[in-house]
Amino acid sequence: MSSLIEMNDVWYQYNPDSPLAYWALMGVNLRIERGEFISIIGPTGSGKSTLIQHFNGLLKPAKGEVIVDGVDISRTSDLKSIRKKVGMVFQYPETQIFSETIYDELAFGLRNYGYSEDEIEERIESVTKKLGIDYLPLDKSPFLLSGGEMRRIAIASILAMEPEVFVLDEPLANLDPQGRRELLREIDSLNKKESLTVIIVSHDLSEVSRYANRIIVLSEGKIIMDGPPKEIFKDVEKLIDISLGVPQLVELLYNLYKRGADIPYNILDMEEAAKVIVKWRKSLGNRDKLRTIPTA
Amino acid sequence: MAIEISFGQYLPLDSFIHRLDPRIKLIITLINIITIFIIKDFIGYISLACFLLFLIVSSKVPPLYIFRGLKPLIFFILLTFFLHLFTTQGTVIFQWWILKGTAEGLRNGLLMVVRFMLLISFSTLLTLTCSPLELTDAMESLMSPLKRIGFPAHEMAMMMSIALRFIPVLVEETNRIIKAQVARGADIESGSIINRAKNLIPILVPLFVNTFKRADDLALAMEVRCYRGGEGRTRMKEYVLSSLDFLILSISIVIAIISILI
Repeated sequence: MSSLIEMNDVWYQYNPDSPLAYWALMGVNLRIERGEFISIIGPTGSGKSTLIQHFNGLLKPAKGEVIVDGVDISRTSDLKSIRKKVGMVFQYPETQIFSETIYDELAFGLRNYGYSEDEIEERIESVTKKLGIDYLPLDKSPFLLSGGEMRRIAIASILAMEPEVFVLDEPLANLDPQGRRELLREIDSLNKKESLTVIIVSHDLSEVSRYANRIIVLSEGKIIMDGPPKEIFKDVEKLIDISLGVPQLVELLYNLYKRGADIPYNILDMEEAAKVIVKWRKSLGNRDKLRTIPTA
Repeated sequence: MAIEISFGQYLPLDSFIHRLDPRIKLIITLINIITIFIIKDFIGYISLACFLLFLIVSSKVPPLYIFRGLKPLIFFILLTFFLHLFTTQGTVIFQWWILKGTAEGLRNGLLMVVRFMLLISFSTLLTLTCSPLELTDAMESLMSPLKRIGFPAHEMAMMMSIALRFIPVLVEETNRIIKAQVARGADIESGSIINRAKNLIPILVPLFVNTFKRADDLALAMEVRCYRGGEGRTRMKEYVLSSLDFLILSISIVIAIISILI
């Protein structure tokens, strides 16, 4: 079976033929397989949002090709069915809410694709359960909800369409720590239990990297790193170089390593890190030996 | 699908025209516009056109942008031309069906075409080389003598600059909301007029909601910074007239006088 999303030498230019023209993507090659949990990371202006808008044909490449589930987005006349396969949650999705009731908001996408009212009701029931918002009164106005709840409604409205790949652009921005953790955990369980392909865009490595099984690092319109988190974090210097936030744990372990500690630093799990540190500490023998570690 | 509004089509280039004081640029444009309406003969327009050409070349603006400013008005310009051609009384030079083209009509028509093209070109050049904020600053400064008779010059300028400031924000936001709704399967491009109007609701409602929120935030932010209107307000960047400003202004006045007199 072919890849779910395939990009071959994709170039994209904003404001073409004007003095303000600039290339946002420069020769991107990418293959995304079913069931992956991918995190696309890059500093502001690196082309992350431009890249994901190619996945559902909102933008079309100036050069190169984007193939979604076997269909070339530049050639097809049926982008609507691609947009159903690729569910896309934009930054601050709560600002797209418009309906009078929560139910209508959740049903919007489904109605656009002509589902029957019975099926819509069924799907809304299941999606609100999955995202833990089944306690919300569906006949009330979504504008009365808190920011976090509104975001969940917006995310649920995409998920209700049962996409094959779920793309989220900075879904954690402006959420409190607990909200972030919960949302990430719910998305992770959708990936694990229902093998939904997930792509999360972020400018911060710390949060998403623990769940993602693949990290793609973008810088100035090019993919500069692509691999499992453990591989990516082997090159900490490069990440810091392009001003990306590295998880504090990795930074700590890397600093220990630089000062002569014989430990791996590409570890994302607290438990594992503790074990590695204890093991290294024991290998040093008694306490006095610790002092031999150079301090700077 | 995405809307592009080239309002305040400012091109941030580096030329001495761009660096001129916006007040001077506004005055020069006004002088030129008045001159265009006073002139009655082609010779006057030639000297004015030469001045325009000089300004365009020295502003480094690609001439294509000036043409783009003319394009939407081509129909209007042609209509005026033909109206003049066929309705002016005088010696008939050709006749087609019931329409009589006269020599005087041809002359008047061409005069109108040149007049319109110069008019639009001068004002397009102004908006291409002056950012919207510079323009409102210039207007406030030029209108400030009217404050004495109770004209709210500062408030007008503040309203204009806020409105201008938020046009790109709203355009961007509209595009973002359109994309978000299209990603949910909304169809905004096809269907009957009623359907298309209906399909605007998912775009307009969030746009209004967000705009009201933003207006609230802005009002709060201004109040927090003790904004109390224009009284006693100073600016970070004061406009200071340089000798170059006076030079260009004098040249413009001389050209206007020459154009009118010859």
